[in-house]
Amino acid sequence: MAEVRAEMVANVWKVVVREGDTVSEGDTLVILESMKMEIPVLAEDDGTVAQLKVGEGDVIQEGDLIAVIDD
Amino acid sequence: MLTETLGPVLVANRGEIARRIIRTVKRMGLRAVAVHSEADADLPFVREADEAVLIGPGNPAQSYLDAGKVLEAARATGARSVHPGYGFLAENVAFARAVIEAGMVWIGPAPEAIDRMGDKINARNVMEAAGVPVAAGTREPVTDLSLALRAAESIGYPVMVKTAAGGGGIGMSVAYDDEGLGKAYDQAARAAARFAGSAGDALDGPAVLLERYIERARHVEVQILGLPGGRVVALGERDCSVQRRHQKVVEESPSPGITPELRERMLAAAVRAGEAVGYAGAGTVECLVDADRQDFVFLEMNTRLQVEHPVTELVTGVDLVELQLRVAAGESPEVPAEPAGHAMEFRVYAEDPKRFFPGPGTITAWEEPVADGVRVDSGYEVGNTVTPFYDPLMAKLCVRGESRADALEKGRKAVAAFTVEGPKNNLPFCAELLENAEFVAGDYDTGLVARMRA
Repeated sequence: MAEVRAEMVANVWKVVVREGDTVSEGDTLVILESMKMEIPVLAEDDGTVAQLKVGEGDVIQEGDLIAVIDD
Repeated sequence: MLTETLGPVLVANRGEIARRIIRTVKRMGLRAVAVHSEADADLPFVREADEAVLIGPGNPAQSYLDAGKVLEAARATGARSVHPGYGFLAENVAFARAVIEAGMVWIGPAPEAIDRMGDKINARNVMEAAGVPVAAGTREPVTDLSLALRAAESIGYPVMVKTAAGGGGIGMSVAYDDEGLGKAYDQAARAAARFAGSAGDALDGPAVLLERYIERARHVEVQILGLPGGRVVALGERDCSVQRRHQKVVEESPSPGITPELRERMLAAAVRAGEAVGYAGAGTVECLVDADRQDFVFLEMNTRLQVEHPVTELVTGVDLVELQLRVAAGESPEVPAEPAGHAMEFRVYAEDPKRFFPGPGTITAWEEPVADGVRVDSGYEVGNTVTPFYDPLMAKLCVRGESRADALEKGRKAVAAFTVEGPKNNLPFCAELLENAEFVAGDYDTGLVARMRA
Protein backbone atom coordinates (compact mmCIF):
# COMPACT_ATOMS: atom_id res chain seq x y z
CA MET A 1 0.00 0.00 0.00
CA ALA A 2 1.41 3.38 -0.97
CA GLU A 3 0.18 6.78 0.11
CA VAL A 4 0.40 9.60 -2.39
CA ARG A 5 0.70 13.02 -0.73
CA ALA A 6 0.81 16.59 -1.97
CA GLU A 7 4.23 18.19 -2.21
CA MET A 8 2.88 21.74 -2.10
CA VAL A 9 -0.17 23.94 -1.66
CA ALA A 10 -2.19 23.55 -4.83
CA ASN A 11 -5.60 23.40 -6.44
CA VAL A 12 -6.81 20.07 -7.76
CA TRP A 13 -7.35 20.84 -11.41
CA LYS A 14 -8.18 17.41 -12.85
CA VAL A 15 -8.84 14.02 -11.32
CA VAL A 16 -7.78 11.45 -13.89
CA VAL A 17 -8.43 8.13 -12.10
CA ARG A 18 -11.31 6.68 -10.07
CA GLU A 19 -11.30 4.41 -7.05
CA GLY A 20 -10.92 0.82 -8.21
CA ASP A 21 -8.91 1.73 -11.33
CA THR A 22 -5.81 -0.28 -12.09
CA VAL A 23 -2.76 1.92 -12.58
CA SER A 24 0.80 1.36 -13.75
CA GLU A 25 3.93 3.09 -12.56
CA GLY A 26 4.10 6.56 -14.12
CA ASP A 27 0.35 6.89 -14.77
CA THR A 28 -1.15 10.28 -13.94
CA LEU A 29 -3.53 10.11 -10.96
CA VAL A 30 -4.50 13.75 -10.64
CA ILE A 31 -3.26 17.03 -12.07
CA LEU A 32 -2.62 19.79 -9.57
CA GLU A 33 -2.25 23.45 -10.33
CA SER A 34 -0.15 25.89 -8.38
CA MET A 35 1.32 29.19 -9.48
CA LYS A 36 0.13 28.79 -13.06
CA MET A 37 1.84 25.42 -13.36
CA GLU A 38 0.23 22.05 -14.03
CA ILE A 39 1.76 19.42 -11.78
CA PRO A 40 0.85 15.85 -12.63
CA VAL A 41 0.84 13.49 -9.64
CA LEU A 42 2.00 10.07 -10.81
CA ALA A 43 1.62 6.54 -9.53
CA GLU A 44 4.97 5.38 -8.19
CA ASP A 45 4.12 1.68 -8.56
CA ASP A 46 1.69 -0.64 -10.31
CA GLY A 47 -1.49 -1.21 -8.32
CA THR A 48 -5.13 -0.39 -7.72
CA VAL A 49 -6.52 2.95 -6.59
CA ALA A 50 -7.89 1.97 -3.16
CA GLN A 51 -8.78 5.48 -2.00
CA LEU A 52 -9.03 8.82 -3.72
CA LYS A 53 -9.16 11.68 -1.25
CA VAL A 54 -9.45 14.76 -3.48
CA GLY A 55 -11.97 16.20 -5.90
CA GLU A 56 -11.61 18.73 -8.72
CA GLY A 57 -11.50 22.26 -7.37
CA ASP A 58 -10.22 21.26 -3.92
CA VAL A 59 -7.43 23.30 -2.38
CA ILE A 60 -4.88 20.99 -0.77
CA GLN A 61 -2.00 21.71 1.58
CA GLU A 62 1.54 20.33 1.55
CA GLY A 63 1.43 16.79 2.98
CA ASP A 64 -2.30 16.22 2.39
CA LEU A 65 -3.27 12.70 1.31
CA ILE A 66 -4.26 12.50 -2.36
CA ALA A 67 -4.66 8.78 -2.92
CA VAL A 68 -3.84 5.33 -1.61
CA ILE A 69 -2.57 2.75 -4.08
CA ASP A 70 -2.82 -0.97 -3.20
CA ASP A 71 -0.31 -3.24 -4.83
CA MET B 1 2.72 68.27 -20.61
CA LEU B 2 0.33 65.97 -22.43
CA THR B 3 0.77 63.17 -19.89
CA GLU B 4 -1.32 65.21 -17.43
CA THR B 5 -4.34 64.07 -19.42
CA LEU B 6 -3.66 60.45 -18.33
CA GLY B 7 -4.21 60.77 -14.59
CA PRO B 8 -5.46 59.07 -12.55
CA VAL B 9 -3.86 55.94 -14.04
CA LEU B 10 -5.49 52.63 -13.14
CA VAL B 11 -2.90 49.85 -12.89
CA ALA B 12 -4.65 46.61 -13.84
CA ASN B 13 -2.11 44.23 -12.39
CA ARG B 14 -0.48 43.01 -9.17
CA GLY B 15 2.81 42.28 -7.45
CA GLU B 16 6.12 43.61 -8.65
CA ILE B 17 4.90 45.03 -11.95
CA ALA B 18 2.01 46.95 -10.38
CA ARG B 19 4.47 48.41 -7.88
CA ARG B 20 6.96 49.30 -10.59
CA ILE B 21 4.31 51.04 -12.75
CA ILE B 22 2.91 52.92 -9.75
CA ARG B 23 6.41 54.24 -9.00
CA THR B 24 6.75 55.90 -12.41
CA VAL B 25 3.14 57.10 -12.49
CA LYS B 26 3.66 58.92 -9.19
CA ARG B 27 7.08 60.27 -10.21
CA MET B 28 5.39 61.87 -13.21
CA GLY B 29 2.98 63.64 -10.87
CA LEU B 30 -0.03 61.48 -11.72
CA ARG B 31 -2.35 59.66 -9.34
CA ALA B 32 -2.08 55.87 -9.32
CA VAL B 33 -5.07 53.60 -8.70
CA ALA B 34 -4.48 49.94 -7.81
CA VAL B 35 -6.92 47.07 -8.09
CA HIS B 36 -6.35 43.98 -5.99
CA SER B 37 -7.75 40.62 -4.91
CA GLU B 38 -8.50 39.58 -1.34
CA ALA B 39 -5.33 37.45 -1.40
CA ASP B 40 -3.17 40.50 -2.20
CA ALA B 41 -4.61 43.01 0.29
CA ASP B 42 -1.37 43.22 2.30
CA LEU B 43 1.03 43.53 -0.64
CA PRO B 44 3.12 46.70 -1.01
CA PHE B 45 1.57 47.77 -4.33
CA VAL B 46 -1.84 48.16 -2.69
CA ARG B 47 -0.43 50.49 -0.06
CA GLU B 48 1.80 52.44 -2.42
CA ALA B 49 -1.00 53.38 -4.82
CA ASP B 50 -2.87 56.62 -4.09
CA GLU B 51 -6.08 54.62 -4.06
CA ALA B 52 -6.81 50.88 -4.10
CA VAL B 53 -9.97 49.00 -5.04
CA LEU B 54 -10.75 45.44 -3.94
CA ILE B 55 -12.13 43.67 -7.01
CA GLY B 56 -12.63 40.06 -5.89
CA PRO B 57 -11.27 36.84 -4.43
CA GLY B 58 -7.83 35.31 -4.98
CA ASN B 59 -8.85 33.27 -8.00
CA PRO B 60 -7.67 35.47 -10.90
CA ALA B 61 -10.71 34.61 -13.04
CA GLN B 62 -12.84 36.46 -10.48
CA SER B 63 -10.52 39.43 -10.03
CA TYR B 64 -7.54 40.38 -12.21
CA LEU B 65 -8.94 38.60 -15.28
CA ASP B 66 -12.46 39.96 -14.82
CA ALA B 67 -12.55 42.85 -17.29
CA GLY B 68 -15.93 44.05 -16.02
CA LYS B 69 -14.71 44.45 -12.45
CA VAL B 70 -11.53 46.24 -13.51
CA LEU B 71 -13.51 48.64 -15.71
CA GLU B 72 -15.98 49.28 -12.92
CA ALA B 73 -13.08 50.19 -10.61
CA ALA B 74 -11.70 52.53 -13.27
CA ARG B 75 -15.04 54.32 -13.61
CA ALA B 76 -15.62 54.51 -9.88
CA THR B 77 -12.22 56.13 -9.25
CA GLY B 78 -12.38 58.52 -12.19
CA ALA B 79 -9.36 56.95 -13.89
CA ARG B 80 -8.53 58.45 -17.26
CA SER B 81 -6.16 55.75 -18.43
CA VAL B 82 -5.41 52.06 -17.84
CA HIS B 83 -1.97 50.43 -17.72
CA PRO B 84 -2.32 46.64 -17.97
CA GLY B 85 1.26 45.59 -17.10
CA TYR B 86 1.97 42.08 -18.45
CA GLY B 87 -0.14 38.92 -18.32
CA PHE B 88 -3.78 39.03 -17.11
CA LEU B 89 -5.64 41.46 -19.42
CA ALA B 90 -2.57 42.99 -21.11
CA GLU B 91 -3.14 41.23 -24.43
CA ASN B 92 -6.91 40.95 -24.21
CA VAL B 93 -8.29 42.73 -27.28
CA ALA B 94 -11.84 43.00 -25.95
CA PHE B 95 -10.58 44.62 -22.75
CA ALA B 96 -8.42 47.14 -24.63
CA ARG B 97 -11.43 48.04 -26.79
CA ALA B 98 -13.69 48.36 -23.74
CA VAL B 99 -11.23 50.75 -22.07
CA ILE B 100 -11.16 52.94 -25.17
CA GLU B 101 -14.96 52.79 -25.60
CA ALA B 102 -15.34 53.89 -21.98
CA GLY B 103 -13.48 57.08 -22.93
CA MET B 104 -10.19 56.18 -21.26
CA VAL B 105 -6.69 55.96 -22.70
CA TRP B 106 -5.32 52.45 -23.20
CA ILE B 107 -1.61 52.47 -22.35
CA GLY B 108 -0.58 49.98 -24.98
CA PRO B 109 -0.76 49.43 -28.72
CA ALA B 110 -4.01 49.73 -30.69
CA PRO B 111 -6.36 46.76 -30.11
CA GLU B 112 -5.98 45.88 -33.81
CA ALA B 113 -2.22 45.41 -33.35
CA ILE B 114 -2.79 43.20 -30.29
CA ASP B 115 -5.30 41.21 -32.29
CA ARG B 116 -2.97 40.65 -35.24
CA MET B 117 -0.07 39.58 -33.02
CA GLY B 118 -2.03 37.68 -30.34
CA ASP B 119 -2.63 34.68 -32.55
CA LYS B 120 0.80 33.19 -33.14
CA ILE B 121 -0.20 31.62 -36.45
CA ASN B 122 -1.48 34.93 -37.79
CA ALA B 123 1.58 36.71 -36.40
CA ARG B 124 3.90 34.32 -38.21
CA ASN B 125 2.10 34.95 -41.48
CA VAL B 126 2.13 38.76 -41.03
CA MET B 127 5.86 38.67 -40.25
CA GLU B 128 6.67 36.48 -43.21
CA ALA B 129 4.82 38.93 -45.47
CA ALA B 130 6.84 41.82 -43.96
CA GLY B 131 10.10 40.09 -44.87
CA VAL B 132 10.93 38.89 -41.34
CA PRO B 133 12.33 35.34 -41.36
CA VAL B 134 10.14 32.63 -39.76
CA ALA B 135 10.80 28.94 -38.98
CA ALA B 136 9.27 26.25 -41.17
CA GLY B 137 5.85 25.61 -39.65
CA THR B 138 2.09 25.49 -39.98
CA ARG B 139 0.25 28.41 -41.59
CA GLU B 140 -3.23 27.30 -40.54
CA PRO B 141 -4.48 26.27 -37.07
CA VAL B 142 -3.89 22.57 -36.41
CA THR B 143 -7.10 21.30 -34.83
CA ASP B 144 -6.58 17.53 -34.58
CA LEU B 145 -3.82 14.99 -34.21
CA SER B 146 -3.97 13.66 -37.76
CA LEU B 147 -3.34 17.18 -39.10
CA ALA B 148 -0.49 17.53 -36.62
CA LEU B 149 1.10 14.26 -37.77
CA ARG B 150 0.87 15.31 -41.40
CA ALA B 151 2.37 18.74 -40.63
CA ALA B 152 5.23 17.18 -38.65
CA GLU B 153 6.02 14.93 -41.58
CA SER B 154 6.45 17.86 -43.94
CA ILE B 155 8.33 20.06 -41.40
CA GLY B 156 10.57 17.23 -40.16
CA TYR B 157 11.25 16.26 -36.53
CA PRO B 158 11.98 17.63 -33.99
CA VAL B 159 9.03 20.01 -33.90
CA MET B 160 7.91 22.55 -31.30
CA VAL B 161 4.21 22.24 -30.50
CA LYS B 162 2.42 25.23 -28.98
CA THR B 163 -0.91 26.96 -28.65
CA ALA B 164 -1.83 29.75 -31.04
CA ALA B 165 -3.09 31.90 -28.16
CA GLY B 166 -1.67 32.48 -24.71
CA GLY B 167 1.93 32.61 -23.58
CA GLY B 168 4.30 32.07 -20.72
CA GLY B 169 5.46 28.73 -22.07
CA ILE B 170 2.20 27.04 -21.02
CA GLY B 171 1.28 24.13 -23.29
CA MET B 172 4.59 24.19 -25.17
CA SER B 173 6.68 21.07 -25.73
CA VAL B 174 9.04 19.46 -28.20
CA ALA B 175 8.23 16.25 -30.07
CA TYR B 176 10.94 14.05 -31.57
CA ASP B 177 8.68 11.43 -33.19
CA ASP B 178 5.04 10.53 -33.88
CA GLU B 179 4.51 9.09 -30.41
CA GLY B 180 5.93 12.18 -28.72
CA LEU B 181 3.76 14.33 -30.96
CA GLY B 182 0.65 12.61 -29.60
CA LYS B 183 1.55 13.67 -26.07
CA ALA B 184 2.71 17.13 -27.08
CA TYR B 185 -0.45 17.70 -29.08
CA ASP B 186 -2.68 16.64 -26.16
CA GLN B 187 -0.87 18.97 -23.79
CA ALA B 188 -1.11 21.93 -26.17
CA ALA B 189 -4.76 21.21 -26.95
CA ARG B 190 -5.58 21.12 -23.24
CA ALA B 191 -3.81 24.42 -22.69
CA ALA B 192 -5.53 25.92 -25.76
CA ALA B 193 -8.93 24.95 -24.37
CA ARG B 194 -8.06 26.66 -21.10
CA PHE B 195 -6.85 29.85 -22.77
CA ALA B 196 -10.07 29.94 -24.76
CA GLY B 197 -12.01 29.51 -21.53
CA SER B 198 -10.20 32.26 -19.65
CA ALA B 199 -10.38 34.71 -22.54
CA GLY B 200 -14.05 34.01 -23.04
CA ASP B 201 -13.56 33.45 -26.76
CA ALA B 202 -15.49 30.91 -28.74
CA LEU B 203 -13.08 28.79 -30.75
CA ASP B 204 -13.67 25.92 -33.14
CA GLY B 205 -11.48 23.34 -31.47
CA PRO B 206 -8.08 23.97 -29.99
CA ALA B 207 -5.74 26.02 -32.18
CA VAL B 208 -2.26 24.57 -32.09
CA LEU B 209 0.77 25.29 -34.23
CA LEU B 210 3.87 23.32 -35.10
CA GLU B 211 7.26 24.75 -35.92
CA ARG B 212 10.64 23.34 -36.78
CA TYR B 213 12.54 23.06 -33.49
CA ILE B 214 16.08 24.45 -33.41
CA GLU B 215 18.19 22.27 -31.10
CA ARG B 216 20.88 24.72 -30.07
CA ALA B 217 18.88 27.92 -29.99
CA ARG B 218 19.24 31.14 -28.10
CA HIS B 219 16.15 33.13 -27.29
CA VAL B 220 16.95 36.73 -28.15
CA GLU B 221 14.33 39.46 -28.26
CA VAL B 222 14.34 43.06 -29.43
CA GLN B 223 12.66 45.87 -27.49
CA ILE B 224 10.83 48.20 -29.81
CA LEU B 225 8.98 51.46 -29.29
CA GLY B 226 6.42 52.70 -31.80
CA LEU B 227 6.10 56.49 -31.83
CA PRO B 228 3.06 58.54 -32.82
CA GLY B 229 3.30 59.06 -36.56
CA GLY B 230 4.33 55.51 -37.33
CA ARG B 231 8.09 55.55 -36.71
CA VAL B 232 9.36 52.49 -34.84
CA VAL B 233 12.72 52.43 -33.03
CA ALA B 234 14.65 49.50 -31.53
CA LEU B 235 16.17 49.78 -28.05
CA GLY B 236 18.62 46.90 -28.22
CA GLU B 237 18.13 43.24 -27.44
CA ARG B 238 17.79 40.92 -24.46
CA ASP B 239 19.10 37.38 -24.33
CA CYS B 240 16.57 35.18 -22.49
CA SER B 241 18.10 31.76 -23.09
CA VAL B 242 18.22 30.70 -19.44
CA GLN B 243 14.84 28.97 -19.26
CA ARG B 244 13.14 26.20 -17.38
CA ARG B 245 9.92 24.73 -18.80
CA HIS B 246 10.18 27.27 -21.65
CA GLN B 247 9.91 30.10 -19.11
CA LYS B 248 12.64 32.66 -18.61
CA VAL B 249 14.68 32.74 -15.43
CA VAL B 250 17.59 35.04 -16.26
CA GLU B 251 17.95 37.67 -18.98
CA GLU B 252 20.83 39.85 -20.08
CA SER B 253 21.68 42.66 -22.47
CA PRO B 254 23.59 42.82 -24.70
CA SER B 255 23.38 39.19 -25.82
CA PRO B 256 26.78 37.51 -25.56
CA GLY B 257 25.80 35.09 -28.33
CA ILE B 258 25.28 37.25 -31.41
CA THR B 259 27.73 39.08 -33.64
CA PRO B 260 27.35 42.85 -34.24
CA GLU B 261 26.30 42.01 -37.79
CA LEU B 262 23.51 39.68 -36.63
CA ARG B 263 22.40 42.21 -34.00
CA GLU B 264 22.04 44.84 -36.70
CA ARG B 265 19.94 42.51 -38.88
CA MET B 266 17.71 41.54 -35.94
CA LEU B 267 17.10 45.13 -34.86
CA ALA B 268 16.22 46.10 -38.43
CA ALA B 269 13.82 43.14 -38.74
CA ALA B 270 12.16 44.06 -35.42
CA VAL B 271 11.57 47.60 -36.66
CA ARG B 272 10.03 46.20 -39.87
CA ALA B 273 7.86 43.88 -37.75
CA GLY B 274 6.59 46.82 -35.70
CA GLU B 275 5.95 48.97 -38.74
CA ALA B 276 4.06 46.12 -40.43
CA VAL B 277 1.37 46.25 -37.75
CA GLY B 278 1.42 50.04 -37.15
CA TYR B 279 2.78 49.48 -33.69
CA ALA B 280 2.58 52.23 -31.06
CA GLY B 281 4.17 52.04 -27.62
CA ALA B 282 6.48 49.42 -26.12
CA GLY B 283 6.60 45.93 -27.60
CA THR B 284 8.94 43.02 -27.94
CA VAL B 285 9.86 40.98 -30.97
CA GLU B 286 10.98 37.55 -29.80
CA CYS B 287 13.35 35.57 -32.01
CA LEU B 288 15.15 32.27 -31.94
CA VAL B 289 18.81 32.47 -32.85
CA ASP B 290 20.60 29.46 -34.27
CA ALA B 291 23.81 29.82 -32.28
CA ASP B 292 25.88 27.74 -34.67
CA ARG B 293 24.74 29.37 -37.89
CA GLN B 294 24.34 32.94 -36.54
CA ASP B 295 20.92 33.18 -38.08
CA PHE B 296 17.49 33.95 -36.60
CA VAL B 297 13.76 33.40 -37.04
CA PHE B 298 10.75 35.29 -35.68
CA LEU B 299 9.09 33.58 -32.73
CA GLU B 300 6.31 35.89 -31.56
CA MET B 301 5.55 39.47 -30.70
CA ASN B 302 4.52 40.59 -27.24
CA THR B 303 2.33 43.65 -27.43
CA ARG B 304 3.04 44.92 -23.93
CA LEU B 305 5.71 45.65 -21.37
CA GLN B 306 7.90 42.57 -20.73
CA VAL B 307 8.80 41.14 -17.33
CA GLU B 308 12.48 41.60 -18.20
CA HIS B 309 12.22 45.24 -19.34
CA PRO B 310 14.58 46.46 -16.55
CA VAL B 311 17.52 44.89 -18.41
CA THR B 312 16.91 47.33 -21.27
CA GLU B 313 16.37 50.22 -18.87
CA LEU B 314 19.71 49.57 -17.17
CA VAL B 315 21.74 49.68 -20.39
CA THR B 316 19.83 52.49 -22.12
CA GLY B 317 18.96 54.70 -19.15
CA VAL B 318 15.34 55.05 -20.25
CA ASP B 319 12.24 54.43 -18.14
CA LEU B 320 10.10 52.27 -20.41
CA VAL B 321 6.92 52.89 -18.41
CA GLU B 322 7.47 56.64 -18.80
CA LEU B 323 7.94 56.15 -22.55
CA GLN B 324 4.72 54.12 -22.68
CA LEU B 325 2.85 56.91 -20.90
CA ARG B 326 4.32 59.61 -23.15
CA VAL B 327 3.46 57.73 -26.34
CA ALA B 328 -0.05 56.98 -25.05
CA ALA B 329 -0.49 60.72 -24.44
CA GLY B 330 0.57 61.47 -28.00
CA GLU B 331 4.10 62.70 -27.31
CA SER B 332 7.17 61.74 -29.34
CA PRO B 333 9.85 61.19 -26.69
CA GLU B 334 13.57 61.23 -27.47
CA VAL B 335 15.07 57.76 -27.52
CA PRO B 336 18.81 57.22 -26.87
CA ALA B 337 20.86 55.76 -29.69
CA GLU B 338 23.44 53.49 -28.06
CA PRO B 339 23.14 51.25 -24.99
CA ALA B 340 26.11 51.19 -22.59
CA GLY B 341 27.39 48.60 -20.11
CA HIS B 342 25.97 45.17 -19.40
CA ALA B 343 22.83 44.27 -17.45
CA MET B 344 21.39 41.04 -16.06
CA GLU B 345 18.08 40.17 -14.42
CA PHE B 346 17.57 37.20 -12.10
CA ARG B 347 13.94 36.26 -11.51
CA VAL B 348 13.51 35.33 -7.88
CA TYR B 349 10.82 32.67 -8.02
CA ALA B 350 9.01 30.96 -5.13
CA GLU B 351 10.09 27.52 -6.22
CA ASP B 352 12.56 24.87 -5.17
CA PRO B 353 15.97 25.40 -6.77
CA LYS B 354 16.42 21.78 -7.87
CA ARG B 355 13.22 20.75 -9.66
CA PHE B 356 11.65 24.22 -9.92
CA PHE B 357 8.36 23.11 -8.38
CA PRO B 358 6.17 25.84 -6.86
CA GLY B 359 6.69 26.56 -3.18
CA PRO B 360 4.21 29.13 -1.92
CA GLY B 361 4.31 30.23 1.70
CA THR B 362 4.54 33.09 4.16
CA ILE B 363 7.66 35.25 4.03
CA THR B 364 9.40 35.20 7.42
CA ALA B 365 12.56 37.03 6.33
CA TRP B 366 13.16 39.29 3.34
CA GLU B 367 16.29 41.35 2.87
CA GLU B 368 17.15 42.87 -0.49
CA PRO B 369 20.72 43.61 -1.52
CA VAL B 370 21.66 47.30 -1.66
CA ALA B 371 24.70 48.22 -3.75
CA ASP B 372 25.87 50.39 -6.61
CA GLY B 373 24.51 49.00 -9.89
CA VAL B 374 21.88 46.83 -8.17
CA ARG B 375 18.14 47.26 -8.68
CA VAL B 376 15.46 45.10 -7.08
CA ASP B 377 11.87 45.17 -8.34
CA SER B 378 9.94 43.20 -5.75
CA GLY B 379 6.28 42.50 -5.19
CA TYR B 380 6.49 41.28 -1.62
CA GLU B 381 7.94 42.12 1.78
CA VAL B 382 8.37 40.32 5.08
CA GLY B 383 5.03 39.11 6.48
CA ASN B 384 3.37 38.72 3.07
CA THR B 385 2.12 35.34 1.88
CA VAL B 386 2.99 34.07 -1.58
CA THR B 387 -0.22 32.28 -2.59
CA PRO B 388 -0.76 29.52 -5.17
CA PHE B 389 -3.13 31.73 -7.21
CA TYR B 390 -0.47 33.60 -9.19
CA ASP B 391 2.83 33.01 -10.93
CA PRO B 392 5.82 32.38 -8.66
CA LEU B 393 7.69 35.64 -9.39
CA MET B 394 8.54 37.32 -6.08
CA ALA B 395 11.16 39.79 -7.26
CA LYS B 396 13.56 40.67 -10.03
CA LEU B 397 17.15 41.15 -8.98
CA CYS B 398 18.87 43.30 -11.61
CA VAL B 399 22.49 44.35 -11.91
CA ARG B 400 24.38 46.63 -14.24
CA GLY B 401 28.14 46.44 -14.77
CA GLU B 402 30.60 48.22 -17.01
CA SER B 403 31.32 44.89 -18.69
CA ARG B 404 29.78 41.41 -18.64
CA ALA B 405 32.47 40.24 -16.19
CA ASP B 406 31.60 43.16 -13.92
CA ALA B 407 27.89 42.32 -14.14
CA LEU B 408 28.61 38.67 -13.26
CA GLU B 409 30.58 39.74 -10.20
CA LYS B 410 27.88 42.19 -9.09
CA GLY B 411 25.33 39.44 -9.65
CA ARG B 412 27.20 36.98 -7.44
CA LYS B 413 27.44 39.49 -4.59
CA ALA B 414 23.82 40.58 -4.91
CA VAL B 415 22.48 37.01 -5.00
CA ALA B 416 24.52 36.17 -1.89
CA ALA B 417 23.20 39.27 -0.11
CA PHE B 418 19.52 38.56 -0.90
CA THR B 419 17.79 36.81 2.01
CA VAL B 420 14.40 35.16 1.53
CA GLU B 421 12.96 32.80 4.13
CA GLY B 422 9.57 31.11 4.22
CA PRO B 423 8.64 30.16 0.66
CA LYS B 424 11.06 28.00 -1.28
CA ASN B 425 13.13 30.16 -3.60
CA ASN B 426 15.53 29.77 -6.51
CA LEU B 427 18.33 32.05 -5.26
CA PRO B 428 20.56 28.96 -4.81
CA PHE B 429 19.95 28.18 -8.48
CA CYS B 430 20.97 31.74 -9.44
CA ALA B 431 24.19 31.36 -7.41
CA GLU B 432 24.89 28.04 -9.14
CA LEU B 433 24.25 29.55 -12.57
CA LEU B 434 26.70 32.38 -11.87
CA GLU B 435 29.45 29.75 -11.42
CA ASN B 436 28.39 27.62 -14.39
CA ALA B 437 31.14 27.50 -17.05
CA GLU B 438 28.76 27.85 -20.01
CA PHE B 439 26.94 30.80 -18.49
CA VAL B 440 30.13 32.52 -17.35
CA ALA B 441 31.57 32.14 -20.85
CA GLY B 442 28.34 33.47 -22.36
CA ASP B 443 28.25 30.42 -24.61
CA TYR B 444 24.89 28.92 -23.68
CA ASP B 445 21.52 28.14 -25.24
CA THR B 446 17.97 27.34 -24.10
CA GLY B 447 19.06 23.83 -23.10
CA LEU B 448 21.40 25.12 -20.38
CA VAL B 449 19.14 24.62 -17.35
CA ALA B 450 18.18 21.09 -18.46
CA ARG B 451 21.89 20.24 -18.76
CA MET B 452 22.52 21.65 -15.27
CA ARG B 453 19.82 19.33 -13.92
CA ALA B 454 20.58 16.25 -16.04
